[in-house]
Amino acid sequence: MDIWAHHSPIQAPDQTRRRIRRLQLGLTMRGGQGAARALVLQFTNCRILRGGALLREDLWVRGGRILDPEKLFFEERRVADEQRDCGGCILAPGFIDVQINGGFGVDFSQATEDVGSGVALVARRILSHGVTSFCPTLVTSPPEVYHKAPEAASLPEAAGDFVIAPSLDVHSSNWFVVLPQIPVKSGGPHGAGVLGVHLEGPFISREKRGAHPEAHLRSFEASAFQDLLATYGSLDNVRIVTLAPELDRSHEVIQALTALGICVSLGHSVADLGAAEEAVRSGATFITHLFNAMLPFHHRDPGIVGLLTSDQLPPGRHIFYGMIADGMHTNPAALRIAYRAHPQGLVLVTDAVPALGLGNGRHTLGQQEVEVDGLTAYVAGTKTLSGSITPMDVCVRHFLQATGCSVEAALEAASLHPAQLLGLEKHKGTLDFGADADFVVLDDSLHVRATYISGELVWQAEETRQ
Amino acid sequence: RRPRRAGVYIRVLSFALRAPVGVAPRWPCVGCARRSSVGRASGPAGLNFLSWKLCITTMRLVILDNYDLASEWAAKYICNRIIQFKPGQDRYFILGLPTDFSSYVKKWNLSVLGSTPLGCYKKLIEYHKNGDLSFKYVKTFNMDEYVGLPRNHPESYHSYMWNNFFKHIDIDPNNAHILDGNATDLQAECDAFEKKIKEAGGIDLFVGGIGPDGHIAFNEPGSSLVSRTRLKTLAMDTILANAKYFDGDLSKVPTMALTVGVGTVMDAREVMILITGAHKAFALYKAIEEGVNHMWTVSAFQQHPRTIFVCDEDATLELRVKTVKYFKGEH
Repeated sequence: MDIWAHHSPIQAPDQTRRRIRRLQLGLTMRGGQGAARALVLQFTNCRILRGGALLREDLWVRGGRILDPEKLFFEERRVADEQRDCGGCILAPGFIDVQINGGFGVDFSQATEDVGSGVALVARRILSHGVTSFCPTLVTSPPEVYHKAPEAASLPEAAGDFVIAPSLDVHSSNWFVVLPQIPVKSGGPHGAGVLGVHLEGPFISREKRGAHPEAHLRSFEASAFQDLLATYGSLDNVRIVTLAPELDRSHEVIQALTALGICVSLGHSVADLGAAEEAVRSGATFITHLFNAMLPFHHRDPGIVGLLTSDQLPPGRHIFYGMIADGMHTNPAALRIAYRAHPQGLVLVTDAVPALGLGNGRHTLGQQEVEVDGLTAYVAGTKTLSGSITPMDVCVRHFLQATGCSVEAALEAASLHPAQLLGLEKHKGTLDFGADADFVVLDDSLHVRATYISGELVWQAEETRQ
Repeated sequence: RRPRRAGVYIRVLSFALRAPVGVAPRWPCVGCARRSSVGRASGPAGLNFLSWKLCITTMRLVILDNYDLASEWAAKYICNRIIQFKPGQDRYFILGLPTDFSSYVKKWNLSVLGSTPLGCYKKLIEYHKNGDLSFKYVKTFNMDEYVGLPRNHPESYHSYMWNNFFKHIDIDPNNAHILDGNATDLQAECDAFEKKIKEAGGIDLFVGGIGPDGHIAFNEPGSSLVSRTRLKTLAMDTILANAKYFDGDLSKVPTMALTVGVGTVMDAREVMILITGAHKAFALYKAIEEGVNHMWTVSAFQQHPRTIFVCDEDATLELRVKTVKYFKGEH
C-alpha cells in the first residue's frame, strides 16, 4: 500500500504487517488453480461502467473474476459457456459502504453473545441495496466491547491506563466482546463481504460527539498509541479508525495506524484547518461524514472542510470524504458545494443505524436510545440526528438528483472511491479485467434489479424473478 | 424500362447476383431491387454455377455513390457468397480479411475519410444479428499485423478485429487466424500461416483495401508481385501516416509488420478490393488504368481471373470519364 511509503517512524511489528498482507490477500484470493476450467459467463445486452464511462460492452466473468474476452479468444481460443441477457440494464461495480452502524434491528456496537449472526443478517439484507462489501462500524463504546479485559490476577505490569472495567452493565455483557467477533470475510450468497471494522471513537472531541455517549470518550494520555491499543485490544479486524486530530499526540497515533495499513479518518472534531492538514500529512486519508460533527466552514478558517481544496497536502494525494446523501444530514446545496470543490474524493456512506429497514419507533444505538420517525432518526428526547436510515441505493439516487452529476460519477462515488480509499481499487469498486466480479444490475433510474458477488447471483428483485 | 434502384450501377447480367430462390430470400438481389423472371426460370436451385461464373468474369469495377453504400454492397456480396457456398461441418468458407486503424473510429468521421473496411464489418455484424448470416463454418485469415506491438495494444490488428468484428459474431476462435507479430521466429510464423491457408484448402474470397500508395496489405511499393507471407519493413510514408495513432510519437510506431504477399492474395479464388475516398483516387487510377507495376502492387490484380473493385464516386476522381461510364453501364 502506498501509504506505507510516506510515514512509518513507529514500525509496526512484523507480525502485524504480515497480517495486513494476509488480510489484503484473503480478500483477493479467488480463482486459483481451478480457475481456467471454471465456467465462462457472458453478460450481454448491457452497459457496463468501465473507465468512468458507461460502455455498450458485454461483461465476461470466470472464477469469480472479471475476464478479458479478447485474451480468452486469442490465447485460450474459447467462447462463453453461458450467456445471460441483462435486458439493457446498467452493470455497475457493487457498492461499498464504509460506515454502517447496524441495521434491521442489529446494532454492531451492542455486545451480545453472537455478534457474528447479527453482522451476517445485515450483510444479507443490504444485498438488496446493491452493497457488496461493507465496514461494520462501532461507535464509542466501553472498552469491554472492543476486547475482553483480563482477570485481575493476571494483570500485566504495564497496565498503564487500562480500564479494568468493573461491570458497568448488569447484563454481564462484559463477557462478550464485539471486535474479535467481526472478522474480515468474503462476500457470497450468504451476504456482502466484510472488509474490516470501522472504529468511530472513542478518541473524539467532547463538543462534537453527536450521538456518542460522553462517558466513554477518551484521549491519548501518557502513551499515545499504546493507549489506543489498550482501548481496542487487537487491531486485527480493524480497517478504519475515526479520531479527532486536535487531541494531544494524535499525530503519533495516526502515523502508527497508517503504518499498520489502517485507514485514519478525521471526524467528530473541532480541529482547525492547520491541525487537519497536519493530520493528513501524518497519514490521515478520510473525513467522516463531512460537515456533520465538525466546525462549520468559515472563510478565515475553513476547518476540516478546507481539506477538500487545501494545497498543503502531500503531493499526489488527495483527501476522501464521506457524505450522507440522504437529504437531511446535509443540505443539497452543501452537498453540491462539496462535490464541485472536490468530485474525486466524494465517498457515499449510509451511516445507517439499527433502525435501517425497520419501521417507526424506539431502537438502540450503542449505549443510547434513538427514535425513528419516517425518514429521520434522532437521539431520543433531543434534536440531534442519530445516523441515517437511508439505504445505499437511495443515497446514490438522491446524490444523482441533487448534484446533477452524471450517472457514472454517482455510481463511482459509491463504488470506486471507497475502494480507492481502502487501497482495494484493483479488486473492488471496478469492472476492470482481473477485478472481483462483484457487481449490481441497475435499471435506468438506478433501482437495483440484481446483485452479484463473485459472478454469482446473490439477490434479485421481485419482478425480475418471474 | 423499369427504373433502377437509385444510386447503384452495376454492369452485370441482370439475373447474375440475385439471391437464389429458397436460400436467404429476405433481401432483394444485391444492389438491385428488381426481380426479373429470368432468374426464376432457372429453377428452385436458383443461381446455377454457370451463370455465377459468367457474371463474375464480367464484373471488374463496381461504383457506388458513397462510402456507406459501397460498404453495404461489399457486405452483401460477402454475405451472399457465404450463403451460396453452403458451408458446413466438412466444408468451411475461407475468408481473407483486411484491417485498418482503430483510432479512426474514435477520432474521425468515417464517411469523410472512407477507406476503412469498418462499414463493411458493421453491415456483416448486422446481418449476423438479424439471423441471416452465421460464421460458424467460416475460417478467416487476416492480411497483416504489426511486429513488436503487444497483442492487446489498442492499435494492434488483433484488437481491431476483436473489437470491430469477432466479438459480435459467432465465429469459432480456432478458425480466426491472425499473424502473431510477437512470435519468437517471425519467418516461421509466416511459413506456418501459409501452411494453414494451404491446409484449409486455399482462400475462397480475399477482401482487402489499398493504401494511398497503391499497396495491398503491407506490400509497400517495390514489393515482389509473387511474394509470399513475410516480414516487411514499413515505408517512411506509412510510418509518418501512422504516427498520429500512436500519440504523435514516432518512436512508438511499429516499423515492421508481417504481411501476406501479393502472390498469396493472388492465389485466392476470388478477390474483392474496397477503395473509398478521394485520397485513394490516384492509387485506383494507377491500379486499373496503368500497367501492372510493382510500385503499385494492387495492379497485380489485373491478372487475377476474379477480382472486384468496389469503390465510391470520390475514388473514381482520377479515372477517365470513359472508364467510369463504361463500368456504370452508360454507353
